[in-house]
Amino acid sequence: MFLDGFFNSKKRYSSVENGNVIDLKGLTRVYVTGKIKVEALKGIDLEVRDGDMVAITGPSGSGKSTLMNLIGCLDTPTSGSYLLRGESVAGLSREELAGIRNRRVGFIFQNFNLLPQISAYENVEMPLLFSGLPRQKRRERVYELFNRVGLSDRMDHKPTELSGGQMQRVATARALAMDPDIILADEPTGNLDTSSGSDIMDLFQELWEQGRTVLVITHDPALARRAPRQVEIRDGLITRDSRT
Amino acid sequence: MHKPRPGLIFQLLLRASRVQKKRAVLTVASIAWGSFSLLLLLAFGEGLRISVTTGTFGMGRDLAILWPGTTSLTWQGLPAGRPILPRIEDIPLLRERIPNLDEVTGEIHRSGVTANNDDNTNTVRVKGVTYGYGRIRNHIPAPGGRFINPLDEKLRRRVAFLGDKVAKELFGEEDPVGEPILLDTVPYTVIGVMMHKVQISAYGGMDEDHITIPITTFKAQFGTDQLGMIVVKPDQPQQMGLVLEELHKILGVKYGFDPKDERVFGIWDTVDSFRDMTNTLIGIQLFLGIIGALTLIIGGIGVANIMYAVIKERTREIGVKMALGARRRWITGPIVLESLLYALLGGAVGLIMAVVAVILLGQLPTEGNEALELLGKPTLSLSIGMASAAILGLIGFMAGFFPARRAASINPAETLRYE
Repeated sequence: MFLDGFFNSKKRYSSVENGNVIDLKGLTRVYVTGKIKVEALKGIDLEVRDGDMVAITGPSGSGKSTLMNLIGCLDTPTSGSYLLRGESVAGLSREELAGIRNRRVGFIFQNFNLLPQISAYENVEMPLLFSGLPRQKRRERVYELFNRVGLSDRMDHKPTELSGGQMQRVATARALAMDPDIILADEPTGNLDTSSGSDIMDLFQELWEQGRTVLVITHDPALARRAPRQVEIRDGLITRDSRT
Repeated sequence: MHKPRPGLIFQLLLRASRVQKKRAVLTVASIAWGSFSLLLLLAFGEGLRISVTTGTFGMGRDLAILWPGTTSLTWQGLPAGRPILPRIEDIPLLRERIPNLDEVTGEIHRSGVTANNDDNTNTVRVKGVTYGYGRIRNHIPAPGGRFINPLDEKLRRRVAFLGDKVAKELFGEEDPVGEPILLDTVPYTVIGVMMHKVQISAYGGMDEDHITIPITTFKAQFGTDQLGMIVVKPDQPQQMGLVLEELHKILGVKYGFDPKDERVFGIWDTVDSFRDMTNTLIGIQLFLGIIGALTLIIGGIGVANIMYAVIKERTREIGVKMALGARRRWITGPIVLESLLYALLGGAVGLIMAVVAVILLGQLPTEGNEALELLGKPTLSLSIGMASAAILGLIGFMAGFFPARRAASINPAETLRYE
């Protein structure tokens, strides 16, 4: 399509690796507050293949949020290696990590995290703005995305004028804006009623069927079962990794 | 690596959440007040500088005034301690011989001379001067009159040029030009009245209180041709040293003294003293500027405060932008820009207030009050505007810089998760 040149350029140089989007080896994360050390992750090995859909489950305090932050490049590991499409993320500067988050990771949050003062359109446009895409291309892309999530008639609304389900769709459109390597969803249905939660899961399923790599954090077992692969974390270690 | 993209920073500023209106108004008001104080203080400093400079130049600029004294060095067998008494005839000699000279004039004076016309009597100081005196000593004739000319001097005419205050005391509102006047019972004709001037520097009293006559006439009436003062003006102020040196050489040969003898003449070099005064005035303006800037800093702290509050409110917003891939300067840029905008807005309001205040203060009557007259009218100038803008810009930048740095240190992972 018209944006293929722009959005697929990064995939060319990353085609060397073995088909793993995410490759974690011995990943640890230790938080130090004062004299207390908290080992949130004690050595995670995880491979996620291109086009996989993974549900990460675990009780609160198990380290799954820390893992999400590391995968999303919001945080850096204490030790271990993290290859994102075969490229090591360790040792990158804050600015370089910002670039990776912009191009390669699409975040979806439990509380949506849409900016309330700007319209849905401008929210979705934000990552495109950071990427330096010219105005006309941004417009085309945003229209395409709203079309994709089925909210073309709500583009000019402020997030506060939308329902929870609609807000999460806008957030999903924003996550997809830069055509990222991975979609990271953190309890995406946690603030939604059952039916809109189910709608969002349907949307994720569609994305997965179209070949996207989706990681969903959840403690909702029903939701987890909809993913073909489930990874369970307890006390900073992977305790189960199964496929249905 | 990547372009700075100022357009994006501006766009992000437009899309940032808005500050509470009341808070913004108060902040802008504090900056406006600070700018107002700074501008007004600098305007007063400028007014003072102008009036002091004008007043100093009232006596004439780039002059040296020399008082004949006694020698302090032996010279060619002559002892020290001899008085040196230059005469009227030396003035044409000096005018001819000194290079880089604008003008040299001689002056003899006598105090306690009775001046009277039909109506009034006054006791005044009379100065006998050579014709060049009027120009370099700023005795500018008011319309309808003239100063002493070479012919007056040559023919020893009994003509008098009055200081404006003396003229008023003797003649009231009447035009004195062409009128007779008696100086110690000798009749003179008034040929001119000095135009009113502001004068701070002076020797032997203010020029407005003096009556000036040709030096030759003075000699004829009072019987002395020994100069009380020699006034020299070089063509360029920086030639003063050379001119004084030459004067010492010429008169040293004629009267027999060491040209290096610094005691022969008491010298008031106004180029030198004006430089000192200028430095003092710069010091005063700097002081006023610092006080103004300190006031403005309080406004700047207000802006910094509001920006810190804004960042606290926008923590999640900033975290979201970071998660979406905003680079550091796209977080900090809009904050600094917003702070600069507050400063700019406040500065503009302060400038308007200051302009109005300067106009209003300019209307106040200062005639007759010497303190107010010397303080002068507050004056805004381009350099004051630029200095204030620079101070304001710096404060606006600093008020945004530190909050922006805090914003950049926000950890997105912590801010995004929970309400």
